[in-house]
Amino acid sequence: MATGVTSGRNSVEDWINIRPEGLYCLPADTYIDPHKSVERAIITHGHADHARPGHGEIIATPETLAIMRTRYPDDSPKKVTGLSYKDPINLPGNVRLWLAPAGHILGSAQVVLEHCGKRIVISGDYKRHADPTCVPFEVVQCDVFVTEATFALPVFSHPPLENEIAKIIRSIDAFPEQTHLVGVYALGKCQRVMSALRSAGYDEPFFLHGALIKITELYESYGYEFGSWIPVGDLKGKEREALRGKVVLCPPGSLADRWSRTLPDPIPAMASGWMQIRARARQRRAEMALIISDHADWADLITTCEETGAEEIWITHGRVDALQYELNKRGISAKALDLVGREEEAE
Amino acid sequence: MQAFAQLLDDLYFTNSTRSKERILATYLKKTPDPDRGWAVAAVAGTLNFDLFKRNLSRNLILDRMDEELFALSYDYVGELSETIALTWPVSADPVRINQLPSLTETIDEFKSRGKEGIRQYLVQLLDNMTPPQRWALLKLGTRGLRIGMSARSVKRTIANMKGVALEEIEELWHGLEPPYENLFAWIENNGEKPDVSQHISYLPVMLAHPLDEEKDLERITPQTHFVEWKWDGIRFQIASNGTEKKIFSRTGDDISHSFPDLVAAVDFNAVLDGELLVRPGGEIGSFNDLQQRLNKKKPSAALMAEKPAHFRAYDLLRLEEDNLRTLPLTQRRVALEKFHRGLDPDRFSLSEHLSFSSTDELLEMREKAAGSNGLLEGLMIKDKSSIYVAGRPKHAWYKWKCDPYLIDAVLMYAQRGHGKRSSFYSDYTFGLWNPDGQLLPIGKAYFGFTDAELKQLDTWIRGHKLQRFGPVQEVEKHLVFEVAFDSAHQSKRHKSGFALRFPRINRIRWDKPASQANYLEDLAKLAST
Repeated sequence: MATGVTSGRNSVEDWINIRPEGLYCLPADTYIDPHKSVERAIITHGHADHARPGHGEIIATPETLAIMRTRYPDDSPKKVTGLSYKDPINLPGNVRLWLAPAGHILGSAQVVLEHCGKRIVISGDYKRHADPTCVPFEVVQCDVFVTEATFALPVFSHPPLENEIAKIIRSIDAFPEQTHLVGVYALGKCQRVMSALRSAGYDEPFFLHGALIKITELYESYGYEFGSWIPVGDLKGKEREALRGKVVLCPPGSLADRWSRTLPDPIPAMASGWMQIRARARQRRAEMALIISDHADWADLITTCEETGAEEIWITHGRVDALQYELNKRGISAKALDLVGREEEAE
Repeated sequence: MQAFAQLLDDLYFTNSTRSKERILATYLKKTPDPDRGWAVAAVAGTLNFDLFKRNLSRNLILDRMDEELFALSYDYVGELSETIALTWPVSADPVRINQLPSLTETIDEFKSRGKEGIRQYLVQLLDNMTPPQRWALLKLGTRGLRIGMSARSVKRTIANMKGVALEEIEELWHGLEPPYENLFAWIENNGEKPDVSQHISYLPVMLAHPLDEEKDLERITPQTHFVEWKWDGIRFQIASNGTEKKIFSRTGDDISHSFPDLVAAVDFNAVLDGELLVRPGGEIGSFNDLQQRLNKKKPSAALMAEKPAHFRAYDLLRLEEDNLRTLPLTQRRVALEKFHRGLDPDRFSLSEHLSFSSTDELLEMREKAAGSNGLLEGLMIKDKSSIYVAGRPKHAWYKWKCDPYLIDAVLMYAQRGHGKRSSFYSDYTFGLWNPDGQLLPIGKAYFGFTDAELKQLDTWIRGHKLQRFGPVQEVEKHLVFEVAFDSAHQSKRHKSGFALRFPRINRIRWDKPASQANYLEDLAKLAST
């Protein structure tokens, strides 16, 4: 409807299919975020459940391509095409492609495909909350909007970032003799937390687990600044006493594992949208639950679906039932795609 | 409410008991009366009224939220209060309040209102609260707090604030009432120690040291010591002042509600120390029988008829106004025997004194206990001159437990521990072979090994992982534990059909092949039905 092109009788379903490999654009012979290796793929963002190695040709934002090079140094696609936001190209079969910012992580994009007067937007993962480490989400009018539903329940209402960051600051004041160990995913969450801590006035160096370093350096190469940080591995033996009262960041799996034993008196904190649910936080053994999510919450999912003006919403994964129910109630047609291979936990 | 909600959140997310106590102490020091006393009551579980009915919050949310979405949310979260706290849709035209009322104001307001008033007040508060604050209010209102802090831990926090022994607080505890202003006045040196002489209160129990056969056995003579069976029940205290009657657990919790049959038989003014047993069909039952009565908040009449509670009396601590604890055991025993004659024999019995003339005879009696299928754990040996003091005084009382049973079982699953052990695989599930060559789990243990062994085990488990089931890690079936336990019972809890009492790792048999571990039938021979 909103594409400005005369809408024919054709339906988007005629040229966008669900295949075992993932979402597929028939006329262009191209997959979007396939979870198996294919000839040509458009990648929305660099998280491993969307960006896999082994494709013949990749189209993505330059940032996403850089993330993939960092993560898969041995991957050797035949052709890569870096596409800046809102910079359209033509794919085979009369398909126009352009990317719009998704606000999820560095380089994350919504894939916009236009064909025969219809427009579909495949949003990948996205959020509407503030994030100083990526370009904010932009609404694109379309006929079909493809959305995720990771946090599609009314229980998920992500609090402002500052509130959650204040929890860390408050805890450091209360327990200055303990190491504040924050579990974060290496790509996106880590940099967003560091950046927000700087905005909140935290001016000590950060201490990073080895697994977080490469991606953080990549963000820095794109001009994002996190102030001074030191690899935890640089501190040997007694030197780790210096970590008391400081923020140490590590991947979630290291929060309560062998690696964390070497830290003095750690308070394990976890930064994730799942921390909204108490039992989830306890399962993670998090003593500080930081509700920091890189996905849209319930209200934002609905608002976004409505704002796109799409007649039809396709839901990829997550709490599909609830979102479908609510959209239908609002008179928007919605269906579940049941895409395989999406990782819920990694948030 | 703000500070209280923050307190609950902090306690909820903190794992270690010591840290929880530190958090509570900090709160109690900076919070004025009577708020802090109500907080203590909420955490320790001594509030004796609901602020509103549990159904009220459910009805309110269903009035203002799509039923389908609520059901999906509740299903996902799994807990009613939390679901409501997270999904609460603020009223269209909410009554805004500048500042949340204090905990005391909140409680007073609820108590002063009628049904409709309570409803309005709850809506107003929920409208003005953050999700964690709503959760705290809903948990407080229906006394459903589950934040992993025991009443005993609250008492220890208070004892540490005052710098006194835990027992001193335990002795006061049941004579005090929320909001505990007199208690805090005493703690902060602004008042006398609360006088609880008009109330029945828990008297901290005296405990025994394990007998050191080499050093202690020679001290024991028929002239100086009494010997009794050590029953495998639950240590209890029955206290009554003629009007009020209570049953306390060994840790000072009031558990009268679980044993109304026994409470009904109390018609005296005294405090008795003893063991809780059950007597199905007039015979003392096993711990397995007793277990069916434990942790039942309201036992059914049928269960009480089937497994009637019975009290085996060890000691008499107070009789009417007389404190007997300062008398030697011989004198307390004379008083107990005389007192016992007036009691209902179906409910109360005396722990008999076993006569012996030599340590050899003691050994024989201990053997006899070992053949009791776990009914008797061993012997209690008490110095006749001992006065009754809280804790574990040296050389006053000994416990001489039977040697445990040993069985070689195979490690099947491991789980990471809590607190200091949170990164270590420290909880072990082990099993025995069935005739088909299948391993079936019989129990779980998380102690009996040294810290060095824990590290070795952790390393071994990480090198032998199989599947993962949530937090439970399956391992290759190679490692044999020599497991010690006090008795075995038939049980539906494990697939094997058996459960062990007090299992612990006796030895790690790094050398033994798993195929040579024991079979289930070996355990069946030891098990009571």
